[in-house]
Amino acid sequence: MAIQGNYMGMSLTIDDLDTENLTYFRHCADHAFHLQKCDDCRLLRYPPTTGCPWCASPNATWTAVEGKGEVHSYEEVHQAIQPAFKGHTPYMVLVVDLDTQKGQPSADEALRVVGNLTTPDGVLASPDLVRQVGIGTRVKMVFVDVTDGLSLPQWTIDTGAPQPVKPWRYPLE
Amino acid sequence: MPLPADTDVSIPKYLRDKYAIVGIGETTYTRGSNMTTRALGTWALRNAAADAGIKTSDIDGMLSYSNNDSTSATFMAGDIGARLNFYMDCIGGGSSTEALIGIAIGVMEAGLCNCVALFRAMNGFSQVRIGGTGARSAVPINGDMLHNRAYGWQSAGQMFSPSFMRYMYQHGTTPEQVAMVKVVHSEHASNNPKAYYKKRYTVDDVLSSRMICKPLHLLDCCVETDNATAIIITRADRARDMRHTPALIRGIVGRCNKPRMDMHYQTGPIERVAAYYAKDILWPNAGVGPEDIDATGAYDAFTFTSMLQLEDYGFCKKGEGGEYVSSGITRLGGRRPNNTSGGHLCEGYTHGMNMVIENVRQLRHDIDDSCPMGPDGKRQHTYDYREGGCRQVKDIEVTANLGWASPGTTSGMVMRRG
Repeated sequence: MAIQGNYMGMSLTIDDLDTENLTYFRHCADHAFHLQKCDDCRLLRYPPTTGCPWCASPNATWTAVEGKGEVHSYEEVHQAIQPAFKGHTPYMVLVVDLDTQKGQPSADEALRVVGNLTTPDGVLASPDLVRQVGIGTRVKMVFVDVTDGLSLPQWTIDTGAPQPVKPWRYPLE
Repeated sequence: MPLPADTDVSIPKYLRDKYAIVGIGETTYTRGSNMTTRALGTWALRNAAADAGIKTSDIDGMLSYSNNDSTSATFMAGDIGARLNFYMDCIGGGSSTEALIGIAIGVMEAGLCNCVALFRAMNGFSQVRIGGTGARSAVPINGDMLHNRAYGWQSAGQMFSPSFMRYMYQHGTTPEQVAMVKVVHSEHASNNPKAYYKKRYTVDDVLSSRMICKPLHLLDCCVETDNATAIIITRADRARDMRHTPALIRGIVGRCNKPRMDMHYQTGPIERVAAYYAKDILWPNAGVGPEDIDATGAYDAFTFTSMLQLEDYGFCKKGEGGEYVSSGITRLGGRRPNNTSGGHLCEGYTHGMNMVIENVRQLRHDIDDSCPMGPDGKRQHTYDYREGGCRQVKDIEVTANLGWASPGTTSGMVMRRG
Protein backbone atom coordinates (compact mmCIF):
# COMPACT_ATOMS: atom_id res chain seq x y z
CA MET A 1 0.00 0.00 0.00
CA ALA A 2 1.28 3.43 -0.90
CA ILE A 3 1.83 5.80 1.99
CA GLN A 4 1.27 9.52 1.87
CA GLY A 5 1.77 12.11 4.57
CA ASN A 6 2.43 15.79 5.00
CA TYR A 7 5.49 17.16 6.72
CA MET A 8 6.57 20.80 6.81
CA GLY A 9 4.21 21.62 3.97
CA MET A 10 5.64 18.87 1.78
CA SER A 11 3.77 15.85 0.48
CA LEU A 12 5.86 12.77 1.32
CA THR A 13 4.87 9.61 -0.52
CA ILE A 14 6.19 6.08 -0.70
CA ASP A 15 5.01 4.18 -3.75
CA ASP A 16 3.55 0.64 -3.56
CA LEU A 17 6.49 -0.91 -5.33
CA ASP A 18 9.16 0.90 -3.32
CA THR A 19 9.59 -1.97 -0.86
CA GLU A 20 12.96 -0.79 0.45
CA ASN A 21 11.65 2.62 1.48
CA LEU A 22 8.38 1.15 2.79
CA THR A 23 10.37 -1.10 5.12
CA TYR A 24 12.90 1.56 6.12
CA PHE A 25 10.23 4.07 7.10
CA ARG A 26 8.01 1.44 8.75
CA HIS A 27 10.86 0.68 11.14
CA CYS A 28 11.29 4.41 11.71
CA ALA A 29 7.56 4.61 12.47
CA ASP A 30 8.22 2.00 15.19
CA HIS A 31 10.99 4.33 16.41
CA ALA A 32 13.54 1.58 15.80
CA PHE A 33 16.19 2.49 13.26
CA HIS A 34 16.96 -0.38 10.89
CA LEU A 35 19.32 -0.67 7.93
CA GLN A 36 19.87 -3.42 5.39
CA LYS A 37 22.71 -5.76 6.28
CA CYS A 38 24.16 -7.70 3.39
CA ASP A 39 23.72 -11.46 3.79
CA ASP A 40 27.01 -12.06 1.99
CA CYS A 41 29.59 -9.42 3.02
CA ARG A 42 27.76 -8.54 6.27
CA LEU A 43 28.14 -4.79 5.75
CA LEU A 44 25.32 -2.38 6.52
CA ARG A 45 24.36 0.34 4.08
CA TYR A 46 22.49 3.65 3.99
CA PRO A 47 20.15 4.83 2.54
CA PRO A 48 18.08 1.82 1.43
CA THR A 49 19.21 0.25 -1.83
CA THR A 50 18.25 -2.76 -3.93
CA GLY A 51 21.73 -4.31 -4.10
CA CYS A 52 24.77 -4.21 -1.85
CA PRO A 53 27.04 -1.33 -2.92
CA TRP A 54 30.04 -3.13 -1.42
CA CYS A 55 29.66 -6.60 -2.96
CA ALA A 56 26.63 -6.43 -5.30
CA SER A 57 24.68 -9.12 -3.46
CA PRO A 58 20.90 -8.76 -3.84
CA ASN A 59 20.29 -10.42 -0.47
CA ALA A 60 20.02 -8.43 2.74
CA THR A 61 18.33 -8.54 6.13
CA TRP A 62 16.89 -5.53 7.93
CA THR A 63 18.90 -5.12 11.12
CA ALA A 64 18.44 -2.85 14.13
CA VAL A 65 21.14 -0.19 14.33
CA GLU A 66 21.80 2.16 17.24
CA GLY A 67 20.99 5.75 16.30
CA LYS A 68 24.06 7.34 17.81
CA GLY A 69 27.00 9.05 16.24
CA GLU A 70 29.11 12.11 15.64
CA VAL A 71 28.67 15.04 13.27
CA HIS A 72 30.98 14.43 10.30
CA SER A 73 29.95 17.59 8.47
CA TYR A 74 27.15 20.12 8.46
CA GLU A 75 25.65 23.09 6.73
CA GLU A 76 23.39 25.88 7.88
CA VAL A 77 20.64 26.85 5.49
CA HIS A 78 19.91 30.55 5.78
CA GLN A 79 17.80 30.83 2.64
CA ALA A 80 15.21 28.06 2.61
CA ILE A 81 13.56 26.84 -0.56
CA GLN A 82 10.65 24.88 0.89
CA PRO A 83 8.22 27.52 2.20
CA ALA A 84 7.62 25.84 5.56
CA PHE A 85 11.33 25.86 6.36
CA LYS A 86 11.55 29.63 5.97
CA GLY A 87 10.29 30.21 9.49
CA HIS A 88 13.06 28.02 10.91
CA THR A 89 16.20 29.51 9.36
CA PRO A 90 18.99 28.99 9.86
CA TYR A 91 18.29 25.28 9.98
CA MET A 92 21.00 22.70 10.02
CA VAL A 93 21.58 19.68 7.80
CA LEU A 94 23.88 17.17 9.49
CA VAL A 95 25.87 14.34 7.96
CA VAL A 96 26.41 12.02 10.91
CA ASP A 97 28.89 9.16 11.18
CA LEU A 98 27.09 6.34 13.00
CA ASP A 99 29.19 4.63 15.68
CA THR A 100 28.09 1.34 14.18
CA GLN A 101 30.43 0.31 11.37
CA LYS A 102 32.53 3.50 11.60
CA GLY A 103 35.83 3.00 9.77
CA GLN A 104 34.49 0.13 7.67
CA PRO A 105 35.02 -1.10 5.05
CA SER A 106 37.94 1.37 4.95
CA ALA A 107 39.18 3.98 7.41
CA ASP A 108 37.55 6.76 5.37
CA GLU A 109 34.09 5.26 5.48
CA ALA A 110 31.13 5.30 7.82
CA LEU A 111 27.38 5.00 7.61
CA ARG A 112 26.70 8.69 7.13
CA VAL A 113 23.08 9.36 8.00
CA VAL A 114 21.56 12.68 7.03
CA GLY A 115 19.08 14.64 9.10
CA ASN A 116 18.31 18.04 10.54
CA LEU A 117 19.35 19.20 13.95
CA THR A 118 16.16 19.14 16.03
CA THR A 119 15.05 19.46 19.62
CA PRO A 120 14.58 16.15 21.49
CA ASP A 121 10.96 16.17 20.33
CA GLY A 122 11.85 16.59 16.68
CA VAL A 123 11.25 20.29 16.05
CA LEU A 124 13.86 22.06 13.89
CA ALA A 125 16.45 23.55 16.24
CA SER A 126 16.45 27.22 17.20
CA PRO A 127 19.34 29.47 16.12
CA ASP A 128 20.77 29.24 19.65
CA LEU A 129 20.90 25.46 19.49
CA VAL A 130 22.33 25.54 15.96
CA ARG A 131 25.28 27.62 17.18
CA GLN A 132 26.24 24.93 19.69
CA VAL A 133 26.72 22.21 17.11
CA GLY A 134 29.61 21.55 14.73
CA ILE A 135 31.88 18.82 13.47
CA GLY A 136 32.52 16.45 16.36
CA THR A 137 29.25 17.04 18.23
CA ARG A 138 27.73 13.80 19.57
CA VAL A 139 24.14 13.32 18.47
CA LYS A 140 21.39 10.74 18.87
CA MET A 141 18.46 9.90 16.66
CA VAL A 142 14.89 10.96 17.29
CA PHE A 143 11.87 10.25 15.12
CA VAL A 144 9.28 12.66 13.78
CA ASP A 145 5.98 10.94 13.09
CA VAL A 146 4.52 11.97 9.75
CA THR A 147 1.77 9.40 9.20
CA ASP A 148 1.12 5.71 9.81
CA GLY A 149 4.14 3.83 8.51
CA LEU A 150 6.24 6.93 7.94
CA SER A 151 8.43 8.68 10.49
CA LEU A 152 11.52 10.68 9.66
CA PRO A 153 14.78 10.06 11.51
CA GLN A 154 16.27 13.29 12.83
CA TRP A 155 19.22 14.23 15.03
CA THR A 156 19.37 15.89 18.41
CA ILE A 157 22.27 16.70 20.72
CA ASP A 158 23.15 13.64 22.80
CA THR A 159 23.16 15.24 26.24
CA GLY A 160 24.17 11.94 27.82
CA ALA A 161 27.41 11.67 25.83
CA PRO A 162 30.72 13.43 26.45
CA GLN A 163 30.87 16.39 24.07
CA PRO A 164 33.91 18.09 22.54
CA VAL A 165 34.82 21.30 24.36
CA LYS A 166 34.44 23.21 21.14
CA PRO A 167 33.03 21.44 18.11
CA TRP A 168 34.52 22.73 14.84
CA ARG A 169 32.46 25.43 13.20
CA TYR A 170 32.83 27.65 10.16
CA PRO A 171 35.55 30.21 11.00
CA LEU A 172 33.77 33.55 10.47
CA GLU A 173 31.25 33.84 13.29
CA MET B 1 53.67 22.91 -30.67
CA PRO B 2 55.92 20.56 -28.75
CA LEU B 3 54.21 18.21 -26.35
CA PRO B 4 55.72 15.78 -23.89
CA ALA B 5 56.48 12.33 -25.19
CA ASP B 6 53.45 10.08 -25.33
CA THR B 7 53.96 7.89 -22.36
CA ASP B 8 50.99 5.73 -22.25
CA VAL B 9 47.51 5.75 -22.52
CA SER B 10 44.18 4.42 -22.33
CA ILE B 11 42.69 5.56 -25.60
CA PRO B 12 44.03 4.77 -29.03
CA LYS B 13 46.51 7.52 -29.80
CA TYR B 14 44.99 8.03 -33.22
CA LEU B 15 42.02 9.78 -31.61
CA ARG B 16 44.18 12.51 -30.13
CA ASP B 17 43.83 15.70 -32.15
CA LYS B 18 41.70 13.86 -34.70
CA TYR B 19 38.58 15.91 -33.90
CA ALA B 20 38.23 19.62 -33.29
CA ILE B 21 35.82 22.28 -32.16
CA VAL B 22 35.38 24.42 -35.26
CA GLY B 23 32.38 26.56 -34.40
CA ILE B 24 31.08 28.29 -31.28
CA GLY B 25 27.89 30.24 -30.78
CA GLU B 26 26.26 32.15 -27.97
CA THR B 27 23.20 34.24 -27.37
CA THR B 28 23.36 37.18 -24.99
CA TYR B 29 23.68 36.27 -21.31
CA THR B 30 20.62 37.91 -19.86
CA ARG B 31 17.74 37.80 -17.42
CA GLY B 32 14.42 37.91 -19.19
CA SER B 33 15.18 36.63 -22.67
CA ASN B 34 11.53 37.04 -23.70
CA MET B 35 11.86 34.04 -25.98
CA THR B 36 11.54 30.28 -25.81
CA THR B 37 14.46 27.93 -25.26
CA ARG B 38 13.75 26.83 -28.84
CA ALA B 39 14.38 30.36 -30.11
CA LEU B 40 17.46 30.73 -27.90
CA GLY B 41 18.86 27.39 -29.08
CA THR B 42 18.43 28.08 -32.77
CA TRP B 43 20.03 31.50 -32.29
CA ALA B 44 23.13 29.92 -30.73
CA LEU B 45 23.24 27.17 -33.37
CA ARG B 46 23.07 29.69 -36.23
CA ASN B 47 25.86 31.67 -34.61
CA ALA B 48 27.99 28.55 -34.24
CA ALA B 49 27.55 27.60 -37.89
CA ALA B 50 28.37 31.13 -39.04
CA ASP B 51 31.42 31.10 -36.78
CA ALA B 52 32.59 27.84 -38.34
CA GLY B 53 31.91 29.16 -41.83
CA ILE B 54 29.50 26.34 -42.69
CA LYS B 55 25.81 26.22 -43.57
CA THR B 56 23.51 25.07 -40.76
CA SER B 57 22.39 22.33 -43.14
CA ASP B 58 25.95 20.94 -43.02
CA ILE B 59 25.23 19.85 -39.45
CA ASP B 60 24.16 16.19 -39.53
CA GLY B 61 24.46 15.23 -35.87
CA MET B 62 23.03 16.89 -32.77
CA LEU B 63 23.45 16.42 -29.03
CA SER B 64 21.90 18.36 -26.20
CA TYR B 65 21.48 18.18 -22.46
CA SER B 66 18.89 19.57 -20.12
CA ASN B 67 16.95 18.89 -16.97
CA ASN B 68 13.59 18.98 -18.74
CA ASP B 69 14.04 22.72 -19.02
CA SER B 70 14.87 23.00 -22.70
CA THR B 71 13.77 22.11 -26.24
CA SER B 72 14.97 18.91 -27.87
CA ALA B 73 17.05 18.46 -31.01
CA THR B 74 13.96 17.30 -32.88
CA PHE B 75 12.72 20.90 -32.98
CA MET B 76 16.08 22.64 -33.26
CA ALA B 77 17.07 20.62 -36.33
CA GLY B 78 14.08 21.71 -38.36
CA ASP B 79 14.52 25.31 -37.28
CA ILE B 80 18.02 25.37 -38.75
CA GLY B 81 17.10 23.41 -41.87
CA ALA B 82 19.20 20.38 -40.98
CA ARG B 83 18.37 16.74 -41.75
CA LEU B 84 20.15 14.76 -39.06
CA ASN B 85 21.85 11.40 -39.38
CA PHE B 86 22.17 11.18 -35.60
CA TYR B 87 20.81 12.95 -32.54
CA MET B 88 20.39 12.39 -28.84
CA ASP B 89 19.00 14.54 -26.04
CA CYS B 90 20.43 13.72 -22.63
CA ILE B 91 19.49 14.50 -19.06
CA GLY B 92 22.16 16.45 -17.27
CA GLY B 93 23.61 19.77 -16.24
CA GLY B 94 27.20 20.43 -15.31
CA SER B 95 29.75 17.91 -16.63
CA SER B 96 27.60 17.25 -19.72
CA THR B 97 29.53 19.39 -22.21
CA GLU B 98 32.83 17.52 -22.12
CA ALA B 99 31.13 14.13 -21.85
CA LEU B 100 28.93 14.81 -24.88
CA ILE B 101 31.94 15.96 -26.89
CA GLY B 102 33.34 12.52 -26.15
CA ILE B 103 30.12 10.98 -27.43
CA ALA B 104 30.26 13.19 -30.52
CA ILE B 105 33.74 11.87 -31.30
CA GLY B 106 32.52 8.33 -30.75
CA VAL B 107 29.57 8.56 -33.10
CA MET B 108 31.63 10.24 -35.81
CA GLU B 109 34.33 7.61 -35.40
CA ALA B 110 31.64 4.95 -35.71
CA GLY B 111 30.54 6.49 -38.99
CA LEU B 112 27.11 7.63 -37.87
CA CYS B 113 27.55 11.25 -38.94
CA ASN B 114 30.16 13.85 -39.88
CA CYS B 115 29.48 17.11 -38.14
CA VAL B 116 27.93 17.34 -34.69
CA ALA B 117 26.37 20.39 -33.08
CA LEU B 118 26.01 20.36 -29.31
CA PHE B 119 23.70 22.88 -27.64
CA ARG B 120 22.40 23.94 -24.25
CA ALA B 121 19.43 26.31 -24.19
CA MET B 122 17.85 27.50 -20.96
CA ASN B 123 15.85 30.28 -19.38
CA GLY B 124 17.65 29.64 -16.10
CA PHE B 125 16.40 32.84 -14.55
CA SER B 126 13.01 33.60 -16.05
CA GLN B 127 11.61 30.06 -16.45
CA VAL B 128 13.17 27.10 -14.66
CA ARG B 129 15.54 28.11 -11.88
CA ILE B 130 18.05 25.63 -10.53
CA GLY B 131 17.27 24.44 -7.03
CA GLY B 132 13.58 23.73 -7.47
CA THR B 133 12.22 27.00 -6.16
CA GLY B 134 8.72 28.36 -6.59
CA ALA B 135 6.03 26.05 -7.91
CA ARG B 136 8.52 23.24 -8.28
CA SER B 137 9.05 23.15 -4.50
CA ALA B 138 5.53 21.77 -4.20
CA VAL B 139 6.14 18.53 -6.11
CA PRO B 140 5.42 15.32 -4.15
CA ILE B 141 8.53 13.92 -2.51
CA ASN B 142 9.06 10.21 -3.01
CA GLY B 143 11.74 7.57 -3.57
CA ASP B 144 15.27 8.82 -3.06
CA MET B 145 14.03 12.34 -2.38
CA LEU B 146 12.70 11.13 0.97
CA HIS B 147 16.32 11.04 2.12
CA ASN B 148 17.20 14.55 1.01
CA ARG B 149 14.37 16.96 0.12
CA ALA B 150 12.40 15.99 3.20
CA TYR B 151 15.23 17.57 5.20
CA GLY B 152 15.20 20.82 3.23
CA TRP B 153 18.29 19.49 1.46
CA GLN B 154 17.70 19.88 -2.26
CA SER B 155 19.40 22.72 -4.14
CA ALA B 156 22.89 22.31 -5.54
CA GLY B 157 24.45 24.48 -2.86
CA GLN B 158 22.62 22.59 -0.14
CA MET B 159 23.59 19.21 -1.57
CA PHE B 160 27.30 20.10 -1.93
CA SER B 161 27.94 22.09 1.24
CA PRO B 162 28.80 19.17 3.55
CA SER B 163 31.76 18.47 1.24
CA PHE B 164 32.83 22.11 1.31
CA MET B 165 32.56 22.39 5.08
CA ARG B 166 34.46 19.19 5.72
CA TYR B 167 37.18 20.35 3.31
CA MET B 168 37.70 23.54 5.33
CA TYR B 169 37.76 21.53 8.55
CA GLN B 170 40.27 19.07 7.16
CA HIS B 171 42.68 21.51 5.53
CA GLY B 172 42.28 24.78 7.42
CA THR B 173 41.26 26.60 4.27
CA THR B 174 39.99 30.09 5.08
CA PRO B 175 36.85 31.80 3.77
CA GLU B 176 39.11 34.59 2.51
CA GLN B 177 41.07 32.16 0.33
CA VAL B 178 37.92 30.67 -1.15
CA ALA B 179 36.47 34.14 -1.80
CA MET B 180 39.45 34.83 -4.06
CA VAL B 181 37.87 32.56 -6.67
CA LYS B 182 35.04 35.08 -7.05
CA VAL B 183 37.43 38.02 -6.88
CA VAL B 184 39.59 36.67 -9.70
CA HIS B 185 36.69 35.60 -11.90
CA SER B 186 35.08 39.02 -11.44
CA GLU B 187 38.30 40.67 -12.61
CA HIS B 188 38.15 38.52 -15.72
CA ALA B 189 34.47 39.32 -16.25
CA SER B 190 35.20 43.04 -16.10
CA ASN B 191 37.16 42.51 -19.34
CA ASN B 192 34.31 40.56 -20.93
CA PRO B 193 31.77 42.87 -22.57
CA LYS B 194 29.16 40.11 -22.72
CA ALA B 195 29.39 39.06 -19.05
CA TYR B 196 26.18 39.46 -17.05
CA TYR B 197 28.12 40.81 -14.04
CA LYS B 198 31.09 42.95 -15.03
CA LYS B 199 31.72 44.48 -11.62
CA ARG B 200 34.97 43.68 -9.83
CA TYR B 201 34.42 42.32 -6.32
CA THR B 202 36.70 42.23 -3.28
CA VAL B 203 37.14 39.54 -0.64
CA ASP B 204 35.16 41.76 1.73
CA ASP B 205 32.32 42.04 -0.78
CA VAL B 206 32.08 38.25 -0.90
CA LEU B 207 32.28 37.70 2.84
CA SER B 208 29.83 40.47 3.65
CA SER B 209 27.23 39.28 1.15
CA ARG B 210 24.33 37.49 2.80
CA MET B 211 24.67 33.88 3.82
CA ILE B 212 22.72 31.46 1.61
CA CYS B 213 23.83 28.11 2.96
CA LYS B 214 26.85 28.22 5.25
CA PRO B 215 29.64 28.11 4.04
CA LEU B 216 28.18 29.72 0.88
CA HIS B 217 27.56 33.46 0.77
CA LEU B 218 25.51 34.91 -2.06
CA LEU B 219 28.69 35.83 -3.95
CA ASP B 220 30.09 32.31 -3.57
CA CYS B 221 27.22 31.18 -5.81
CA CYS B 222 26.93 31.43 -9.59
CA VAL B 223 24.60 33.73 -11.45
CA GLU B 224 21.30 32.50 -12.95
CA THR B 225 20.76 33.64 -16.51
CA ASP B 226 18.74 33.03 -19.70
CA ASN B 227 20.92 31.98 -22.61
CA ALA B 228 21.95 29.33 -25.10
CA THR B 229 25.34 28.13 -26.27
CA ALA B 230 26.38 25.80 -29.07
CA ILE B 231 29.54 24.23 -30.39
CA ILE B 232 30.30 22.36 -33.60
CA ILE B 233 32.67 19.41 -33.70
CA THR B 234 34.07 17.68 -36.75
CA ARG B 235 37.19 15.88 -37.95
CA ALA B 236 40.35 17.96 -37.79
CA ASP B 237 41.14 17.39 -41.47
CA ARG B 238 37.82 19.02 -42.38
CA ALA B 239 38.49 21.78 -39.87
CA ARG B 240 41.38 23.07 -41.94
CA ASP B 241 38.90 24.49 -44.46
CA MET B 242 36.90 26.40 -41.90
CA ARG B 243 37.05 29.98 -40.72
CA HIS B 244 39.11 29.73 -37.57
CA THR B 245 42.12 27.96 -36.15
CA PRO B 246 40.64 24.71 -34.83
CA ALA B 247 40.70 23.78 -31.15
CA LEU B 248 41.97 20.21 -31.34
CA ILE B 249 40.55 17.79 -28.81
CA ARG B 250 43.43 16.02 -27.07
CA GLY B 251 41.59 13.90 -24.55
CA ILE B 252 38.43 13.62 -22.52
CA VAL B 253 37.09 12.06 -19.38
CA GLY B 254 33.31 11.95 -19.25
CA ARG B 255 31.01 11.84 -16.24
CA CYS B 256 33.51 10.01 -14.10
CA ASN B 257 32.24 9.26 -10.61
CA LYS B 258 33.03 8.56 -7.02
CA PRO B 259 31.53 5.31 -5.75
CA ARG B 260 27.89 5.39 -4.61
CA MET B 261 26.53 7.95 -7.04
CA ASP B 262 23.19 7.53 -5.27
CA MET B 263 24.76 9.08 -2.16
CA HIS B 264 28.46 9.74 -2.48
CA TYR B 265 28.80 10.80 1.15
CA GLN B 266 28.86 7.09 2.03
CA THR B 267 32.34 6.52 0.66
CA GLY B 268 35.85 7.83 0.96
CA PRO B 269 36.84 11.18 2.37
CA ILE B 270 33.80 13.32 1.60
CA GLU B 271 35.97 16.31 0.72
CA ARG B 272 37.48 14.27 -2.10
CA VAL B 273 35.75 14.97 -5.42
CA ALA B 274 35.36 12.80 -8.51
CA ALA B 275 38.36 14.52 -10.13
CA TYR B 276 40.45 12.22 -7.93
CA TYR B 277 39.39 9.37 -10.22
CA ALA B 278 39.03 11.39 -13.43
CA LYS B 279 42.59 12.67 -13.44
CA ASP B 280 43.86 9.15 -14.11
CA ILE B 281 41.81 9.05 -17.30
CA LEU B 282 42.09 12.64 -18.51
CA TRP B 283 45.84 13.13 -18.37
CA PRO B 284 46.84 9.80 -19.94
CA ASN B 285 44.19 10.25 -22.62
CA ALA B 286 45.51 13.71 -23.44
CA GLY B 287 49.19 12.79 -23.11
CA VAL B 288 49.81 15.90 -21.05
CA GLY B 289 49.69 16.76 -17.37
CA PRO B 290 48.57 19.73 -15.29
CA GLU B 291 51.96 21.40 -15.68
CA ASP B 292 51.43 21.60 -19.46
CA ILE B 293 48.14 23.49 -19.20
CA ASP B 294 48.14 27.23 -19.96
CA ALA B 295 44.57 28.01 -18.81
CA THR B 296 41.82 26.15 -17.02
CA GLY B 297 38.06 26.28 -17.08
CA ALA B 298 37.22 24.78 -13.69
CA TYR B 299 33.46 24.73 -13.24
CA ASP B 300 32.44 27.46 -10.85
CA ALA B 301 28.89 26.71 -9.86
CA PHE B 302 30.34 27.87 -6.55
CA THR B 303 33.73 29.28 -5.56
CA PHE B 304 34.47 25.95 -3.86
CA THR B 305 33.82 23.84 -6.96
CA SER B 306 36.62 25.48 -8.95
CA MET B 307 39.02 25.05 -6.05
CA LEU B 308 38.22 21.42 -5.27
CA GLN B 309 38.49 20.37 -8.90
CA LEU B 310 41.76 22.18 -9.54
CA GLU B 311 43.15 20.37 -6.52
CA ASP B 312 41.91 16.86 -7.26
CA TYR B 313 42.84 17.09 -10.96
CA GLY B 314 46.36 17.69 -9.65
CA PHE B 315 47.08 21.38 -10.23
CA CYS B 316 48.23 21.60 -6.62
CA LYS B 317 48.84 19.26 -3.72
CA LYS B 318 45.98 17.89 -1.64
CA GLY B 319 44.87 20.51 0.85
CA GLU B 320 46.56 23.39 -0.96
CA GLY B 321 43.57 24.44 -3.07
CA GLY B 322 43.03 27.55 -0.97
CA GLU B 323 46.58 28.70 -1.58
CA TYR B 324 46.37 27.87 -5.27
CA VAL B 325 43.26 29.94 -5.94
CA SER B 326 44.49 32.90 -3.87
CA SER B 327 48.10 32.96 -5.09
CA GLY B 328 47.60 34.84 -8.34
CA ILE B 329 48.22 31.74 -10.47
CA THR B 330 44.58 31.69 -11.61
CA ARG B 331 44.46 35.37 -12.53
CA LEU B 332 44.94 36.79 -16.04
CA GLY B 333 48.68 37.43 -16.23
CA GLY B 334 49.29 34.58 -13.78
CA ARG B 335 50.81 31.23 -14.64
CA ARG B 336 47.51 29.50 -15.38
CA PRO B 337 44.40 31.70 -15.50
CA ASN B 338 41.09 30.07 -14.63
CA ASN B 339 37.75 30.94 -16.23
CA THR B 340 38.96 33.96 -18.16
CA SER B 341 35.37 34.81 -19.17
CA GLY B 342 34.31 35.22 -15.56
CA GLY B 343 32.68 31.81 -15.67
CA HIS B 344 29.41 30.89 -14.08
CA LEU B 345 30.10 33.20 -11.17
CA CYS B 346 29.99 36.27 -13.43
CA GLU B 347 29.54 35.71 -17.17
CA GLY B 348 26.41 33.54 -17.18
CA TYR B 349 25.18 30.03 -16.61
CA THR B 350 24.90 27.43 -19.33
CA HIS B 351 26.07 24.41 -17.39
CA GLY B 352 29.69 24.45 -18.52
CA MET B 353 29.44 25.06 -22.25
CA ASN B 354 30.36 28.74 -22.07
CA MET B 355 33.63 27.77 -20.36
CA VAL B 356 34.51 25.49 -23.25
CA ILE B 357 33.62 28.27 -25.70
CA GLU B 358 35.91 30.64 -23.81
CA ASN B 359 38.85 28.26 -24.09
CA VAL B 360 38.20 27.71 -27.81
CA ARG B 361 38.45 31.48 -28.31
CA GLN B 362 41.58 31.61 -26.16
CA LEU B 363 43.21 28.93 -28.32
CA ARG B 364 42.31 30.88 -31.46
CA HIS B 365 44.09 33.88 -29.87
CA ASP B 366 40.90 35.74 -30.68
CA ILE B 367 39.15 36.53 -27.41
CA ASP B 368 36.18 38.91 -27.73
CA ASP B 369 37.34 41.63 -25.34
CA SER B 370 37.54 45.40 -25.89
CA CYS B 371 40.96 45.46 -27.55
CA PRO B 372 41.05 47.41 -30.82
CA MET B 373 40.39 45.70 -34.14
CA GLY B 374 43.33 45.49 -36.49
CA PRO B 375 43.26 45.92 -40.27
CA ASP B 376 42.96 42.14 -40.69
CA GLY B 377 39.68 42.12 -38.74
CA LYS B 378 41.32 40.49 -35.72
CA ARG B 379 41.71 42.13 -32.36
CA GLN B 380 45.12 43.56 -31.53
CA HIS B 381 45.50 42.24 -28.00
CA THR B 382 47.32 44.47 -25.53
CA TYR B 383 47.72 41.93 -22.69
CA ASP B 384 46.92 44.80 -20.35
CA TYR B 385 44.55 43.10 -17.94
CA ARG B 386 43.35 46.16 -16.05
CA GLU B 387 39.60 46.67 -15.71
CA GLY B 388 37.89 46.98 -19.07
CA GLY B 389 41.02 45.79 -20.86
CA CYS B 390 42.37 42.67 -22.48
CA ARG B 391 41.59 39.10 -21.47
CA GLN B 392 43.55 37.17 -24.08
CA VAL B 393 46.12 34.83 -22.52
CA LYS B 394 49.44 35.38 -24.28
CA ASP B 395 50.78 32.56 -26.47
CA ILE B 396 48.28 30.07 -25.09
CA GLU B 397 48.57 26.58 -26.55
CA VAL B 398 46.83 24.06 -24.27
CA THR B 399 43.72 24.34 -22.09
CA ALA B 400 41.80 22.10 -19.70
CA ASN B 401 38.09 22.23 -18.93
CA LEU B 402 37.04 20.63 -15.67
CA GLY B 403 33.29 20.05 -15.51
CA TRP B 404 31.28 19.43 -12.35
CA ALA B 405 27.88 17.89 -11.73
CA SER B 406 28.40 17.28 -8.01
CA PRO B 407 31.25 16.32 -5.68
CA GLY B 408 30.60 12.82 -7.02
CA THR B 409 30.66 13.46 -10.79
CA THR B 410 33.02 15.28 -13.16
CA SER B 411 34.03 15.50 -16.80
CA GLY B 412 37.23 16.96 -18.22
CA MET B 413 38.69 17.88 -21.58
CA VAL B 414 42.08 18.99 -22.86
CA MET B 415 42.25 21.04 -26.07
CA ARG B 416 45.20 22.47 -27.94
CA ARG B 417 45.65 25.10 -30.59
CA GLY B 418 45.54 23.56 -34.06
